[in-house]
Amino acid sequence: MASANALPQTGPVRFWDRLNISTKRVIWAWAFLAVPIIFYAGIRFYPTFQAFWLSLTNWDLLRPAQFIGFANYQKMFADPVFWKVFQNTFLYLIIGTPVSLVVSFVIAYYLDRVKLMHGFIRALYFLPFLTTAAAMGWVWRWFYQPVPIGVINGFLSSFGIPQQPFLRSVDQALFSILIPAIWAGLGFQIIIFMAGLRAIPNTFYEAAKIDGLGDWAILRKITIPLLKPTTVFLVVFSSIGFLRIFDQVYNMTSNDPGGPLNSTKPLVLMIYQTAFSSYQMGYAAAQTVVLFTILLIVSLLQLYVLREKK
Amino acid sequence: MRKAYVAGLAAGISFIAMGAAQAVEIEYWQYVFDSRVQAMDQLIEKFEAANPDITVKQTTFPYADYQTRVVAAKVAGQGPDVVQLFYGWTDQFVNGGLIQPLDPAVFPHAEIEADFFPIVSAMKRGEDYYGLPTAVRSLALFYNKALLDEAGVQPPNTLDELLAVAEATTKRDGSGNITTAGITMDMAGQDHHWWREVLIRQNGGVPYDAEGNVAYNDAAGAAALKFYTDLQTEKNVGLVGFMDEGQAAFRAGMAAMTIDGTFRLGAFAGNPFEWGVVELPADANGMRSNYSSYFANGIGATSTGEELVAAQKFLQYISSPEAMEIWLNTVGELPARRDVALTEANLADPIRGPFLKGLEYAQTTQFYDEAAQRQTAIDMVNRVLLEGQSIEDSIAQAAAAEQAIIDQGRQ
Repeated sequence: MASANALPQTGPVRFWDRLNISTKRVIWAWAFLAVPIIFYAGIRFYPTFQAFWLSLTNWDLLRPAQFIGFANYQKMFADPVFWKVFQNTFLYLIIGTPVSLVVSFVIAYYLDRVKLMHGFIRALYFLPFLTTAAAMGWVWRWFYQPVPIGVINGFLSSFGIPQQPFLRSVDQALFSILIPAIWAGLGFQIIIFMAGLRAIPNTFYEAAKIDGLGDWAILRKITIPLLKPTTVFLVVFSSIGFLRIFDQVYNMTSNDPGGPLNSTKPLVLMIYQTAFSSYQMGYAAAQTVVLFTILLIVSLLQLYVLREKK
Repeated sequence: MRKAYVAGLAAGISFIAMGAAQAVEIEYWQYVFDSRVQAMDQLIEKFEAANPDITVKQTTFPYADYQTRVVAAKVAGQGPDVVQLFYGWTDQFVNGGLIQPLDPAVFPHAEIEADFFPIVSAMKRGEDYYGLPTAVRSLALFYNKALLDEAGVQPPNTLDELLAVAEATTKRDGSGNITTAGITMDMAGQDHHWWREVLIRQNGGVPYDAEGNVAYNDAAGAAALKFYTDLQTEKNVGLVGFMDEGQAAFRAGMAAMTIDGTFRLGAFAGNPFEWGVVELPADANGMRSNYSSYFANGIGATSTGEELVAAQKFLQYISSPEAMEIWLNTVGELPARRDVALTEANLADPIRGPFLKGLEYAQTTQFYDEAAQRQTAIDMVNRVLLEGQSIEDSIAQAAAAEQAIIDQGRQ
C-alpha cells in the first residue's frame, strides 16, 4: 500500500502529470483497494498459511515449534475420536440443512398467503434468530433436564410416558442439540424465502391458473424452479453454519463439552479443546486444515451447482 | 530559554532515574478472582510498609487467558517476578522455562518439609522446589441439615452409612424418578478426585504407581468404580445430570449430600437452608483419604539481580504465617503451613475443621493435563451408565486413555 500511495505524492511531479486521466484513475483505485486487500491478506491469508505450517509442527505454546512432518495427520486419522467427531459434523450438516430448509420453506410458503397479522407472525419467527446462541442453549438445556425441573420430561411424565434422557443419552443428544439449532436459524431462512417468493412475477401464476394448473403443479413447475437461486444461497449459507456449529453444543454440554462420550462433539469444538485446553497447537492446526478442506469442498460443490443453472 | 528548558528536563529525568535506582519494582501476577485480588492487595500493602525500598505491582488476567498470557510474556522477555500457578501446571511451567527453582539458601528444604503440609512436594522437581503455596484446598462432604433431619438420620461417618443416609433422604415420584437426590453424582465436578484418590485407595489400590503411571486397572479400581456407578444403577440414590450439576442440585436444596471443596464455601454461604460439613466417609476399617490441590507462587525465570532478591523477599512474605492468616480470613482457603492451619480454634470450627482434618491425610494427584484426565473419568462412568459397558472393560479403556495423556505430557 505504501508504495502505491507514495507514487503520486513523492514521485517527480512531471511523471504524475504525464499520465493520462484514466491511468491516474486506475492508480487511485488501486491505492484505495490496497487498504482492504492488505488488511485482508494480513488477517486472513497470512494466518491461514501459518496454520498449514503449524499443522506440520508440534508447537505447544511453551516450547518453540519443531517440524514433525505429517505426524499430526497420522495421529488424527488413527484417532477414533476424530472419526466420531467427523461423523457428528456431517450428521449436523445432512440432517440440519435439509430439515431446516424444508421447514422454513413450508412456513414461508404459507405465511406468504396469510394477510392477517402477517408482520407479527413473521416477527415471531424471526425472534429466535436475534437471540444469543449461548442464552438459547442454556434455556434448552434446562428444558431437557430430568424431572423435577425439566419442562419436557415433566410434560411426558404427566401423561405417563417414561422420561427421556435427551442430553444424557448417546443416541438422543445430537438430535436434542440439533432441534434448537434448526429453530434458531429458521427466522432468517423464512425471511429470505419470502423475499424469493415475492420476487416471482405474479403474471406467471396468473398464466398458469388460466391454463388450469392446480396448486401442486404450480408449486412444482413454477415456484420451486424459480426459487433456485434463493435455495442455493440458503443451502450454502446453512451448510456452512451447520459445519461450523459450536455455540449450541458448547453451551448445552459445558460440563462435558461435546459429550456424553463425544456423541455431540463437532469438529470446531474438538479444535477448540485441542488448542485451548490441551495447548496442542500443532495438532489443532492439523484439525483446522481438515475443516478448511471440508468447507472448501462443500462450498465449491455448491458453487458448481449454482453455475450450472446459468 | 530553550536551553534552560532542556536542562530542566534533563534534571527531571535524572531525578526520576535516581528514584528508580533506590526502589525496586517487582511484578506479581495472578488470575482475576475478587477475594484473591483483595487479599493480595492487603499483603502487598503490609509488605511495602515493611520494605519501603520495594514496590510490588499486581497484574491480573482472566482465568481463561492466564496461562497463555504468562507464556506470551515469557516469549516477549517481560515475565512477572512472582507468579501464581496451579500445582498441576508445574511441569509445563518448568519445561517451558517460565519459572526458576527456589534458591535453597533462601528457602531451606528442611524448613519447607517441616512446616508445610506434605502436599507441597508436588512443587518439587528433582532436587528443587519451584514454588510455595499460600493456601490449600481439600474436599469434604456437605450435607443439607433439613433433609437429614426430615429423614431422621445423622451425617455419615463411613461409606456404609453414606449409602444408608442417601437411601433415607432420596425422594422419588410415582414412576420412580428421583425428585430429591440422596447424593449428587457429578464426575465433571469433584467426584473424579473422590474416585481417584479416595475410593480406589479405600478399596486397597493406588491410582498411580511410584513412576506416576496409571495403576487403577485392577480389582481395586473396578470396585471403586462399581461403588460409584451403583449409586445410580443399583441404589438409585443419585443421577448423573440431575439438576444439571451437583453443586446446583445441592444449592437448590434438591440433594441431601454433595462432595465439594473449600472453594465452594463462598457459593454455599448464601444457601437458604442449614447445612453442615463432615470429613469424607471412611471405609469399613476406618481408613480415610482426601484430595488436596493448591495454587502456588513461583519466581519468574526472567527475574535477576536486585529484582530477584526482592522477589524472594516477597515470596517469603506471602508464604509466611501472617500472610496465610490474612488469606484465610479474606479468601477462605486453608493455610498451607501446618501450625497456622491446625490451631485449636480452626480444628474446632464446624466448617473449617473437617477440611483441615482431611488435609492431614490428603493426596495430590500429579496431573499432566487436568481437563483431559478428568474427561477420561467422565467417559469411564458414562460408558457404564449410558452404554452398558462392563466395569472391567470401561476401567481398562480409561486406564489406556489416561496413560496416553500422561505419556504425551512427558514428551
